[in-house]
Amino acid sequence: MTGYLFHTDQDRREMLEAIGAASVQEIIDAQVPADVQMKVPLAIADGLDEMSLESLMRSLAAKNASAASHTCFLGGGAYDHFIPAAVDEIASRGEFYTSYTPYQAEVSQGNLQVMFEYETLVTQLTGLAVSNASLYDGGSATVEAVLMSLAATKGRTKVVTTTALHPQYRQTIDTYLESIEADAVVIEATSNGTSESMIAAIDSETACVVVQHPNFFGRYEDVQRIADAAHQAGAIVVQVFDPVSVGLIKRPGDLGVDIAVAEGQSLGNHLCYGGPYLGMMACREDLIRRMPGRIAGQTTDRRGKRCWVLTLQTREQHIRRDKATSNICSNQTLLALRATIHLSLLGPHGLRETAEHCVAKTEYARQQLSRCQRLEIVHTGPVFKEFVVRDRDGDVAELMQTAFNQGILAGVPLASWYPEMSDCFLVAVTEKRSRAEIDRLAEVLSSSLAAV
Amino acid sequence: MRNTQATQLIFEMSRIGRRATVLPPLDLPVPAVDQLVPKDHQAEAPLPLPELAEGDVVRHFVNLSTLNMSVDTHFYPLGSCTMKYNPKRNERLCSLPGFSAVHPLQDPATIQGLLQALYELQGMLAEISGLPGVSLQPAAGAHGELTALMVAAAYFRDRGENRTVVLTADSAHGTNPASAAMVGYETRTVKSRSNGLVDVDDLKSKLDGSVAVFMLTNPNTLGLFDSQIREITSLVHEHGGLIYLDGANMNAILGITRPGDFGADLMHYNPHKTFSGPHGGGGPGAGPICVRDFLAKYLPQPIVMKNGDTYHLGTGENESGTNDSIGRVRSFFGNVGVLLRAYCYIRTYGGLGLRRVSEDAVLGANYLLSRVKHILDVPHGDRCMHEFVASASKIKKARGLSAMDLAKRILDYGFHAPTVYFPLVVDEAVMVEPTETESKETLDAFAAALFRITDEAPELVHEAPHSTKISRPDDVTASRRPIVRWTPE
Repeated sequence: MTGYLFHTDQDRREMLEAIGAASVQEIIDAQVPADVQMKVPLAIADGLDEMSLESLMRSLAAKNASAASHTCFLGGGAYDHFIPAAVDEIASRGEFYTSYTPYQAEVSQGNLQVMFEYETLVTQLTGLAVSNASLYDGGSATVEAVLMSLAATKGRTKVVTTTALHPQYRQTIDTYLESIEADAVVIEATSNGTSESMIAAIDSETACVVVQHPNFFGRYEDVQRIADAAHQAGAIVVQVFDPVSVGLIKRPGDLGVDIAVAEGQSLGNHLCYGGPYLGMMACREDLIRRMPGRIAGQTTDRRGKRCWVLTLQTREQHIRRDKATSNICSNQTLLALRATIHLSLLGPHGLRETAEHCVAKTEYARQQLSRCQRLEIVHTGPVFKEFVVRDRDGDVAELMQTAFNQGILAGVPLASWYPEMSDCFLVAVTEKRSRAEIDRLAEVLSSSLAAV
Repeated sequence: MRNTQATQLIFEMSRIGRRATVLPPLDLPVPAVDQLVPKDHQAEAPLPLPELAEGDVVRHFVNLSTLNMSVDTHFYPLGSCTMKYNPKRNERLCSLPGFSAVHPLQDPATIQGLLQALYELQGMLAEISGLPGVSLQPAAGAHGELTALMVAAAYFRDRGENRTVVLTADSAHGTNPASAAMVGYETRTVKSRSNGLVDVDDLKSKLDGSVAVFMLTNPNTLGLFDSQIREITSLVHEHGGLIYLDGANMNAILGITRPGDFGADLMHYNPHKTFSGPHGGGGPGAGPICVRDFLAKYLPQPIVMKNGDTYHLGTGENESGTNDSIGRVRSFFGNVGVLLRAYCYIRTYGGLGLRRVSEDAVLGANYLLSRVKHILDVPHGDRCMHEFVASASKIKKARGLSAMDLAKRILDYGFHAPTVYFPLVVDEAVMVEPTETESKETLDAFAAALFRITDEAPELVHEAPHSTKISRPDDVTASRRPIVRWTPE
């Protein structure tokens, strides 16, 4: 028997004797009716010792390309940013890694203080008053913001968003709204941006406007104007922001946003094929009691010492049950810890430099790719860290395959989400990409032309 | 040993000009950044983030970690949370760049090894549950509940049935009614009888054509397997409703009985519990769901499919080009890191080994119950599955010691506290789940500590814990006047 069990035969005998049962089966038989018990063992292969498991997993891992084996220009909501060694080292400490929700504050001060520091950092990043301790990911955080807005504007049922919001976030919103009385109105993003048509769509039925800035195509939105119009109509403004971008550009709170949400993967969390990631959420002070999820707060103990506890728990499912602000229980604390360490290492200058590198390298990549005959840069206006490229030959798959064969993950094809952009792909450039790597991308995509 | 680094906040440690991360020089023939970003978008002031050296950061967080109890350091019998040992090999293997550095939008052709593991995991979860349709997308147990209820709602919509009610047990996790409410259902509570099992008469009185789903935890949160399960599931099915199984307690029944075999139509797993994903101070978890064949077409997409020797992502589209899937419930594939750890765990034990896991979990819980029942009242008999619920009610009356007092004092003895005041159906509940990865010696020591506490001076216990850095924080003030961020003085 492989695995992690403890009991010797002697232990088992003594334990059964103390219980007063002849066997574990007897204990089970006393509760589980015979007609629902399994008559045959589970059809799952025999267990593996550690060395065999290691060789299995190494062979499976070896069959995958990744941002470690290839130069990664993929974005679309998850990015190959640099993760300092100290993040992995600290976050893998068992005291963080193998603890759980801090129900017993006295033996969870480490986690609670980290949560409080994380929440403070998120308020600093967003310019908003309060943050929760984490949600699942960017997509579900966006939905939670929509649900919060619907609850806060009771009676209103319209959610205004645009095609420049991450398509998977939009799909997630649609799924959740299916079961409740609310509808999403999606504004078509045009080459002039989306703010005019979004503003036109806002009315007295509108619960909230959801705007991503920088948007899915890397472009800047006029959040302030949208916010002004939404507020005049009594609607709530939700911004999906990029936590790296605020090193350089105005924060959601500076733009009049009421609820800011983000995918926090960029802050020290591994790509890991989409999860676990980090749903970030901050909001205006007066919305705090509508917030979903755990919140750590400061208080004092019986000796007057400063300490931290889970607070405002009457919002949560374990107290309020069907009247809770959300059903969330397990969250993404470990990922929030990683973000906290990451931001502590970066500081204001490190985050600003990271954002500057993204902008400059993205601009350089745009320049280089614009020289490839086969390619067209779709939006020429300013972008943050990604941009849309059109393949004039209309064979994005071939282009991506050519690049892949040369060791490059060149971009995210847009066809499955945007039929009108079936000949386009999205290129993301983080601070990790070197000038040589960008040159190589341009070279490989150009030589693909030569091969045609 | 004093430890001041762990009492300060990073914001208080900050010194202007200190820094850790430095990027390589930026040397590109492009305009300066302030010309690349439009003026009206540029931040007007630097972010107020703390400024720290790398040594500051490491010492701060390492010291903070020592203020936590964890499975690696302590017995953690937090009922309902299945705090079992988290294997180190899984950490090493799931951190291989071939898994951890895979981008979520990579072409499936480039990640065949990863998709193979996920495909096999889908199959194993189906086998363990006896329910063939599997989605790995939900991010946590509660998210799985919500997703499964959306699947149920889609099914009833398709059938043109307007069912508006979800039944939950009075001993259920709070997530059950909260999830139902998010899908727009009205929730009604089914009572349990004094033996802790579902009151079938009460269930009958609440069953009619408006009931969509009965959400059941089995074994339930009292650690009892409901022996009436066949009758319960048949009754709900007779009324056209579906049975949802909250899989929180799967650790008790692996290879022993299967939800699909006892009548469940939908369920979620908590792989971070049952299959040992580290709990990370509150998460991440994952919440894969399994459903009966006739519900599979409503599952969120994508699902990993196999075609010959190749794995790909199914879109859920059927031959006629339509799609019945409820859609996405989050971005990207799922909490893959947690799912891979579950895969490693299941491969380590194999089919027979998993049954042994549950048998040892049942053995450990019953053994500890046999010790604790001499110390505290255990209202639901002297047999349980993987956990049991004692009550401090009598000792509270006799000596003034509440469940909270016991929980706080046991910390001084070097044990994490059991779950207290849950489930709601037991007065002064003390919910103990030892798991299979604790030795007999540890269980004996825990019982001995509990015994000593019940004999200690009540004043001593009321003020416990005494050995921790802080004791009995003021929750009321924290909630009345919330301080949820640091601000400069």
